Amino acid sequence: MSGGQEALREPWDSLRRQREAASFGTWLFLGSEALLFGGLMMAFAVNRVLHGDAFAAAGHETNVVYGTVNTLVLLTSSLTMAVGAEAARAELRKLALVGLSLTLVFALAFLIIKGFEWRDDFRQHLFPGPNFKLQESAARIFFAFYWVMTGLHGLHVTGGIAVIGWITWQAWTGQRALRSPAFEAVALYWHLVDIVWVFLYPLLYLGGRA
Amino acid sequence: MSDIAAEGPIPGDAQPHQGLRGAPSYLTAEHGLAAWFLTTDHKRIALLYAAALTVFFFIGGAGAVAIRMELFTPQADLLSADGYNRMFTLHGTVMVWFFLVPSIPNTFGNFLLPLMIGARDLAFPRLNLFSWYLFIGAGALLVYALVAGGVDTGWTFYTPFSTAYSQSYVMAAALAVVLVGFSSIATGVNFIATVHMLRAPGMTWFRLPLLVWALYGTSLVIVLATPVLTLVLLLIVAERAFGLPIFDPAYGGDPLLFQHLFWFYSHPAVYIMILPSFGVVSELVTCFSRRQVFGYTFMVYAILWIAVVGFLVWGHHMFVSGQSLYANIVFSFLSFIIAVPSAIKVFNWTFTLYRGQITFDAPMLYALGFIGLFTLGGLTGLFLASVPIDVHVTDTYFVVAHFHFIMVGGAVSAFYGGLHFWWPKITGRMYPDVWARFAAVLMFFGFCFTFFPQFIMGFLGMPRRYQVYPPEFQIWHVLSSSGAVLLACAYLLPMGYLAWSLIWGDRAEEDPWKATGLEWRTSSPPPRDNFRTMPAVDTGPYFYHPDKEGPRHDEPEAHQNQGRET
Ligand code: HEM
Ligand SMILES: [Cu+2]
Repeated sequence: MSGGQEALREPWDSLRRQREAASFGTWLFLGSEALLFGGLMMAFAVNRVLHGDAFAAAGHETNVVYGTVNTLVLLTSSLTMAVGAEAARAELRKLALVGLSLTLVFALAFLIIKGFEWRDDFRQHLFPGPNFKLQESAARIFFAFYWVMTGLHGLHVTGGIAVIGWITWQAWTGQRALRSPAFEAVALYWHLVDIVWVFLYPLLYLGGRA
Repeated sequence: MSDIAAEGPIPGDAQPHQGLRGAPSYLTAEHGLAAWFLTTDHKRIALLYAAALTVFFFIGGAGAVAIRMELFTPQADLLSADGYNRMFTLHGTVMVWFFLVPSIPNTFGNFLLPLMIGARDLAFPRLNLFSWYLFIGAGALLVYALVAGGVDTGWTFYTPFSTAYSQSYVMAAALAVVLVGFSSIATGVNFIATVHMLRAPGMTWFRLPLLVWALYGTSLVIVLATPVLTLVLLLIVAERAFGLPIFDPAYGGDPLLFQHLFWFYSHPAVYIMILPSFGVVSELVTCFSRRQVFGYTFMVYAILWIAVVGFLVWGHHMFVSGQSLYANIVFSFLSFIIAVPSAIKVFNWTFTLYRGQITFDAPMLYALGFIGLFTLGGLTGLFLASVPIDVHVTDTYFVVAHFHFIMVGGAVSAFYGGLHFWWPKITGRMYPDVWARFAAVLMFFGFCFTFFPQFIMGFLGMPRRYQVYPPEFQIWHVLSSSGAVLLACAYLLPMGYLAWSLIWGDRAEEDPWKATGLEWRTSSPPPRDNFRTMPAVDTGPYFYHPDKEGPRHDEPEAHQNQGRET
């Protein structure tokens, strides 16, 4: 069990238990996150039922090209994250670092693309306000959800970048043993960020185009 | 005594040796500020929480004092209408999120959970410390909101008032509550993982003390309900800060959606506030009646039942909101269902007392007070869950009395009961018994004086959240405000004599109450690593008398600690 002892922390007696606890704790946190986004999607669904036509019209205005590209980027990043975490567990240092760094690159790419999309949305007056582009008043509610949902998700991506960057750097400099349970925990979180987007994408980009 | 111990189901060590005398306790193991503020010791973090919560209890209490002073007379004397709104919002917000939700879990829970299951620490000690800093950050933000000018929406933040009309510091307060929510979630995750992963050998699920079960159930609710509150407050912030009209009726937004989401959190939250005190009371009642708890498995299932069904009754806060009659009937029915496990618990505590060797030590007085007051609070909950009565008393003092009976008469009493019970373990000192009993009785009477009149005036039609009222209600308000003076004394008194005991109190033995939990088989206060040797367990909790045999009535029963040395 090379590298095992450095990764072991209080109050654990064995690395196996510690690893189990780290992923179990992360799953619990993900359950919490699921209710955060679940509540938001629930609120969206209620309004979609109340204002079906306005939501369809507004959904047509989102930028499906950016959205689709970003979906692909994020799904790929989940793959590289999985590779990175599994490689870390198997103590394949190089592969782990490559996987983690690629994940970082994709995550940043997601945010940059999202940034371009947000800029275009602004220019087209899709932010609910005085010059809002659409006529139906409930279209503003759709876009209120659009901004909140993509914003909250973007915050999660940013948080993900921070922790992935941190553990990658630690792995790089050797401060964190590759067998540390943190890699798997962070990977779990990152997959959640991905899955949330898998729900947001159809709600925001495809709903108005069916 | 020895023959009884021999008849016990499995031999254990009823009187663990008084080891570790002179060895450093967790209090003296390390010195200096950093050893406190960067500690990962669950016991020290519990004390950090206790200090912070005390501050917030005073802030919230100050709000209550202002409210009760204002209500002495029917006219407005001290506060403007707006100032009054800000006072009751301050009181509610601080007391709910910055005192009651974290009170028992983050102090006794933090301190005792690892001890009671025979662990060295919580599963994630650094997360535990982090949650305290989140709490402090949230508290600082809230204090900023209050000092800058306060909030006037009530603790419920109803839209569209909170989004479109309120001129107060709603955003800062909402963000403070979001932050403190993350702190709760961190604690909840930590507790659940600890109970799953760190139980001592032999400590099976159905041997866990009921306080552990209660904390476990609470943590489940915290982890699953709090994010919805986070969400709904973030939506308010989005609407106020960026003009995103999610709940704005002018564009077809639905303010009732806010209420649904808010109560989807806040009804479970009332159980977050009361479940831990169920656990505390189960410990106290068994110990001071020297009885095994009546119906242990039912007590456990009742906790889990409450945790689950608590998510299904939120609509009883919205009977008059205009939701459909069918929804009302379903929510009313489910609210009756959820009273069943609470009633089971009251029933089982009562039966635990039956034929017990009851002594009226201070913790027991608090526990008995809890049972009575909680029962009244719960029963009036059933009144409120009946739609026709609720239509009559919605937003009156009847509701105020209902939830104060549970949250103050219940949860705060249990907090004080637990404080006295575990004080010797936490500090290593005994408090002065006579004073403690006096404070407990005073608290009970002060409480009844303060809140019972509120049932009556509420039923007669006195609405909540007004500072002026028709003169015919004055008599009840005067009773209530006078009672509040007694209650305030009863809350302050223990702070005095407990502080006194830190210096002049007798040294506590390892197991001063002859109780059975694992936390009593280590020194008082415990060492940094909790136990001399990690305990192993081969019996259930509460062996205050031999199995399948009632306690005798001539001499005190021998008790048997749940664990043994390994
Ligand atoms: C025994 C089961 C219970 C039932 C059936 C019940 C029922 C109700 C109902 C129907 C209301 C709404 C009254 C109205 O607004 O018109 C209510 C309000 C309230 N209850 Fe309970 N309750 C129960 C237990 C609890 C517990 C255990 C707590 C706290 C620890 C609690 C705290 C509250 C609070 C804080 C409110 C008022 C919220 C507000 O409007 O500010 N209840 N209860
Ligand atoms: Cu409720």
